[in-house]
Amino acid sequence: MTFDYEFHWRTVLEDLPDLLAGALVTLEVTGLSIAAGVPLAIALGALLRGPAATRVPARCFVEAARNTPCLFQIYLFYYGLGALGINLSSFLVAVIAISLNNAGYLADTYRSALQAVPVQQRSAARSLGMTFGQTSFHVVLPLMARIVYLPTVNQMIWAMLNSSLGTLIGLRELTGVTQFVQSRSFRTLEFFLATAGLYYLLAKALMAAASLYGRRLTREAR
Amino acid sequence: MISLRDVSKRFGSLRVIESVSLDVERGEVLCLIGSSGSGKSTLLQCINGLEAIDGGTIEVDGISVHDKRTDLNRLRQKLGIVFQQYNMFPHLTALENVALALKVVKRMGRAEAEAAALRQLAYVGLESKKDTFPGRLSGGQQQRVAIARALAMEPHYMLLDEVTSALDPELVAEVLQSLRKLRTDGMTMLIVTHEMRFAREIADRVAFFDRGRLAEVGPPSQIFDAPRDERTAKFVGMTAR
Repeated sequence: MTFDYEFHWRTVLEDLPDLLAGALVTLEVTGLSIAAGVPLAIALGALLRGPAATRVPARCFVEAARNTPCLFQIYLFYYGLGALGINLSSFLVAVIAISLNNAGYLADTYRSALQAVPVQQRSAARSLGMTFGQTSFHVVLPLMARIVYLPTVNQMIWAMLNSSLGTLIGLRELTGVTQFVQSRSFRTLEFFLATAGLYYLLAKALMAAASLYGRRLTREAR
Repeated sequence: MISLRDVSKRFGSLRVIESVSLDVERGEVLCLIGSSGSGKSTLLQCINGLEAIDGGTIEVDGISVHDKRTDLNRLRQKLGIVFQQYNMFPHLTALENVALALKVVKRMGRAEAEAAALRQLAYVGLESKKDTFPGRLSGGQQQRVAIARALAMEPHYMLLDEVTSALDPELVAEVLQSLRKLRTDGMTMLIVTHEMRFAREIADRVAFFDRGRLAEVGPPSQIFDAPRDERTAKFVGMTAR
């Protein structure tokens, strides 16, 4: 058996601006869903360490977010809210749903990171007259950041890959754009290969950007 | 003046401090001695409000520490505390450790805070280590940075909680030297210590704690040479050997 498939890369090249515009949307969803998901995860982590009144609702949310498909969560916000008459744009729905998904997956990591910051560091800060907020911001969060750095970068890559689900509610992110342009030329294989390559490059770029921040976290080790 | 009246503290059913009354005058150096678990360290944590109390009152310059209306963050600036385990902020250099609260609490600009922090590091003899992270400092050096960090807030009182207990013997001397210097400069200090010879040398008065109770308070000559309480006599006798 022989394959006589002739690759036509020119059409991919012609549609590259469209693909890059889609990649930008992918990056936007990723960035916003991490920017919103991390503070939420910190809040959830703190709630999970609190009394039953805060711990139980937080635990219910985390269980729901981690044990249902991300696509289902996106549908819930798009069609579910739509049924209630609340119509959000597919971009906003993707950002909200993936933020909550990120928060659910990161919550327990942040909870244990909060626990791992020694109480003595907090006492030392408080004894200098620093408020709870100042202590959290200047001492607890920086110490937490080194613990949660790698899991958070992982989650960021997941968020980027999850954002491709947005195509199913009409979001023109990288996967959605690829679907659309390949249907004009039927150069399916070329486009899918090119897009796979773009996703790979995006993931590497995100990791490189994150490591710039990561290096600052552990400056004392150098 | 730090003034304790009938202070009691429990951890669950365990009575750690029972009805302790004690005054510390400005300029005085008071050493608290006693076996481990006798409530000395807890007492220090109560004085700056890190621990709640279950009875009595603690006043610092007439301000009640455990009154709900008291601005503890403000009061704590008067009370420097240094812990047994140094408690450095590991993500900050020695200089940044000292400068942090100056910037955040005293709202100093960066340059002013760092200049003040450098003066304190010089005071404990660690100017040259200003850019070093705690992980690269010896225990004694970390403890001296912790002393500088507390001093930077210009406290009226220093509470020192077994500051040499976690140190190797050869590092103890440098920390004690910093405390002698503080005494010479007139700092009021409350020192929890197991270094009996040091207590005798530096203290104006020594307070002996026994199972949460204040058994005896007096000048070092009384406590160490002519104790009036037999529990003190027993403890001093044992530690002298």
